[in-house]
Amino acid sequence: MPPLVLLLGLIVGWLALGAAGLIRPQHLRFVGRVLFPLGALVALGVAWLGLQALRPGHAADLLVLPLGLPELPFHLRLDPLSGFFLLLLGGASAGISTFAAGYFRAGEGTAPGLLCLQYHVFLASMALVLVADDAYAFMVAWETMALSSYFLVTTQHRIPEIRRAGFLYLLIAHIGAISILLCFGVLQGGSWQFTFDAMRGPQLTPAWASVAFLLALVGFGAKAGLVPMHVWLPEAHPAAPSPVSALMSGVMLKTAVYGLLRVTFDLLHVQQWWWGAITLGIALFTGLFGAVFAAVQTDMKRLLAYSSIENIGLIFSAVGLTIVFHAFGLHLFAALALSAALIHCLNHALFKSLLFLATGSVLHATGQRNLGKLGGLIRHMPWVAALALVGTLAIAGLPPLNGFVSEWLLLQAFLLTPQIPHAFVNMLIPLGVAALALTVALAGYVMVKFYGVIFLGQPREESLQEAHQAGWLERMGLVWLAVGCVALGAFPQLLLNGAAPVTRDLLSAAVQPGSSLWSIAPIAPERASYSGLVLLVGILGVVGVTFVLVRRLYHGRVRRTAPWDCGYPWQTPRMQDTAEGFGQPIRHIFGSAFRIERELPSPWDTAPRYRVQIEDRIWRALYLPLASGVRRLADAIAVVQGGRLAVYLLYSFLTLIGLLGLVL
Amino acid sequence: MNALAIARQSWELLLAIAMAPILMGWIAQCRAWLQNRSAPPLLQPWHTIRKLFWKDAALGDQASPLFRATPYVLFGTMVVAAAIIPSVALDLPFVWAADAIALVGVFATARVFMALAAMDLGTAFGSLGARREMMIGFLAEPALLMVFFNAFLISGSTALPSIVGRLSAPPFVIYPSLAFAGVAFVMVVLAENARIPIDNPATHLELTMIHEAMVLEYSARHLALVEWASALKLFNYACIGFALFVPWGIAPHHASPVAMLLAEVALVLKLAAAGAVLAVVETVSAKLRIFRAPEFLATAFLLAVLGLLVHLMLGA
Repeated sequence: MPPLVLLLGLIVGWLALGAAGLIRPQHLRFVGRVLFPLGALVALGVAWLGLQALRPGHAADLLVLPLGLPELPFHLRLDPLSGFFLLLLGGASAGISTFAAGYFRAGEGTAPGLLCLQYHVFLASMALVLVADDAYAFMVAWETMALSSYFLVTTQHRIPEIRRAGFLYLLIAHIGAISILLCFGVLQGGSWQFTFDAMRGPQLTPAWASVAFLLALVGFGAKAGLVPMHVWLPEAHPAAPSPVSALMSGVMLKTAVYGLLRVTFDLLHVQQWWWGAITLGIALFTGLFGAVFAAVQTDMKRLLAYSSIENIGLIFSAVGLTIVFHAFGLHLFAALALSAALIHCLNHALFKSLLFLATGSVLHATGQRNLGKLGGLIRHMPWVAALALVGTLAIAGLPPLNGFVSEWLLLQAFLLTPQIPHAFVNMLIPLGVAALALTVALAGYVMVKFYGVIFLGQPREESLQEAHQAGWLERMGLVWLAVGCVALGAFPQLLLNGAAPVTRDLLSAAVQPGSSLWSIAPIAPERASYSGLVLLVGILGVVGVTFVLVRRLYHGRVRRTAPWDCGYPWQTPRMQDTAEGFGQPIRHIFGSAFRIERELPSPWDTAPRYRVQIEDRIWRALYLPLASGVRRLADAIAVVQGGRLAVYLLYSFLTLIGLLGLVL
Repeated sequence: MNALAIARQSWELLLAIAMAPILMGWIAQCRAWLQNRSAPPLLQPWHTIRKLFWKDAALGDQASPLFRATPYVLFGTMVVAAAIIPSVALDLPFVWAADAIALVGVFATARVFMALAAMDLGTAFGSLGARREMMIGFLAEPALLMVFFNAFLISGSTALPSIVGRLSAPPFVIYPSLAFAGVAFVMVVLAENARIPIDNPATHLELTMIHEAMVLEYSARHLALVEWASALKLFNYACIGFALFVPWGIAPHHASPVAMLLAEVALVLKLAAAGAVLAVVETVSAKLRIFRAPEFLATAFLLAVLGLLVHLMLGA
């Protein structure tokens, strides 16, 4: 049976599982112990089918479904690009669904059965986005994805902030959707054929192609969270339940990357190098912006949301670099940059889902999202703490884990830019590399803050002493993702081999992982090579040998005492760094990036209060003026809205006369 | 990869592990002489480490496994880093396992573990040190990367053996971009190794500490490993500096045992000179206020970026 038909079966399976949730919507055990684990199994199947599509010699599968508009049935297509992202979707959601099976509790907003429906419709629509082969099917799946995730974000819809976050998300999702719709309108180029196959054929004029590209960049950028359309991310991610945040951040943002790659490389066949330069510029700014803002957050999920913005910046900068290389005809280099983008998508799906799920466990154990009220959880939740440490090290881009692999590839791709035959671009590149290096280093800062404040130190609240361990299903989900982070870090050639069919398909060039079995050398071994496995085994080996030697040659005697802390005996948890305190150097160095409101106590205050509020400048610079402009415009138009039926009938009548005049 | 290569690699590693504390002792001696004090013996750091290993470890009662594992991880990462850097010879098997970017990553791994361990007990000084260390780190790390990229633009490779091979090749050229990179590198070395003007390795004033604040809670064998790892870190940075800026004397491919011996002598001489220079720099400069540290490191970062631009403009 062709893989696409199987995939369709799995998508229907997801929908059926969702519908089954409605049989007994209030029955938590049925939904949690039966439907979600089955959903995880289906996800494994999706990942396996994605792998099948990446096999060498796999031709693109085509399928036409008798659904949709009369003239335009649903076209589906499974090629290596879809396959790679299906692998990502399946691999990440297998862990997330397992976690979700143990996560949802009764009495948290939406009924479990309904939640199960929304969740599985969300998964199915993402899979459908990845295989859609005409504009109509794509938009239907895309909108289903936006709507189902909107309902998931507003699970706890009784809280006004969460309703507001959901509205913001829906608004920006629709601005993006309109832009994508217009992009497809330009792409059909007057042929009125809306299948992707028809769009691949005709070459648009450079001007129209550029318009189409910019529309796609805006549309998919809104979904991915490129600055300045990132504002929904830090609102929606904390609002959603943790498995949903994990899915949205780990997987849904990547569908936007998929869309941009599909339009730019498959449908438009890159024409101008400046498309890449624009993408690169916005992406690098987004990356740095996300990292700086993540460093000053005090809500753990908001911090992760900003970190997602940072990672999206890294991914899009790789995409921009690919466009530049491709436009200058440097296909092998383009393949390296595209591999970096794809691999970072996959890596980010693993470690960001892991961290969001870990925050979910913390949230359930403590009821706190505020970093200022957490601390010391490594002693109460050792499993979650250990697995979150893997995610933390991976997302900080540290070798030998997987996050480092993609950052290494991205830097290697950047270092190839001196070979671009264009002096101006060459001059800009050092600045790009500098921004990239700064972003990557800041990510380390952010993650130390994240992990240190939540899991290390002393508990900042009495109630944290009762924090309990996560359930076994939750732990299994976390283990799955953490194992992925370690394995892909140790065997980076798997990642390169996975990306190779995609780059071969889109750019007709592929990066060879190199001749050696344990290391990757994407361009040439004397140029650069990296072996995750040797580093992992080397570090663990030295650690093991040192440990054994110290124990053998000396002794293992330990005396437990109070911490020394320079002899100060009255330690309280309030003397540790708070989240604000840990972010203070960043606030100091990048002060002009924030809008800071501070309330300092005076020396005579009997109840001193210190308050600091850090805001995104974008709100006051762009969104609030925009909103008030829209309101003024609406007020102006409201003049015609008198509220009297007779006047409205008159309008209809005049319109009718006008239309008749037009027709006759 | 054969047995001989592995034996040579192990020998080079043991040499690094043994020599790192001596380098610390040498710098302390030079500093003492420059400050008109009588100097401690050259092997003092070794005696300290031996003494510490025999003591009973006193652990904070809330210390987690992460806290206890970190000294070993620090030591492990620094030994692996020492294996990656071609300090004596180019054709050792481990030097190809990772390139300069991965080396920066290995250093970052050590830094993150150190900072996390410092936050583990939740003491005031520990988290203060961790915060400051990460602040220094996030500025020093990109600067170090930029220094490596300067060398990359000249040699067309991020693999350290290729860089050394290219830079030490006969036509002797002074690269203007490397001059910028060299200044930036020295600034990074001072900051990353907790030296004056960023941090004072001999400080007893808690409020000014960075590195010392993070290791306050460690004692006995844990402290010994942490101190040994920081000695190795300085040794590694010195060897990186030699590889980039004075690459002469490192044994080329297929070197004879005599050449290896000469390379080792050259390394010792270079280390002695570098230690003396470091002692002079530390003696003549004053410690910066902590808020000036970002400016210091931003200068290093910008100098290295300037080096890149200079290279691209001059084409050399």
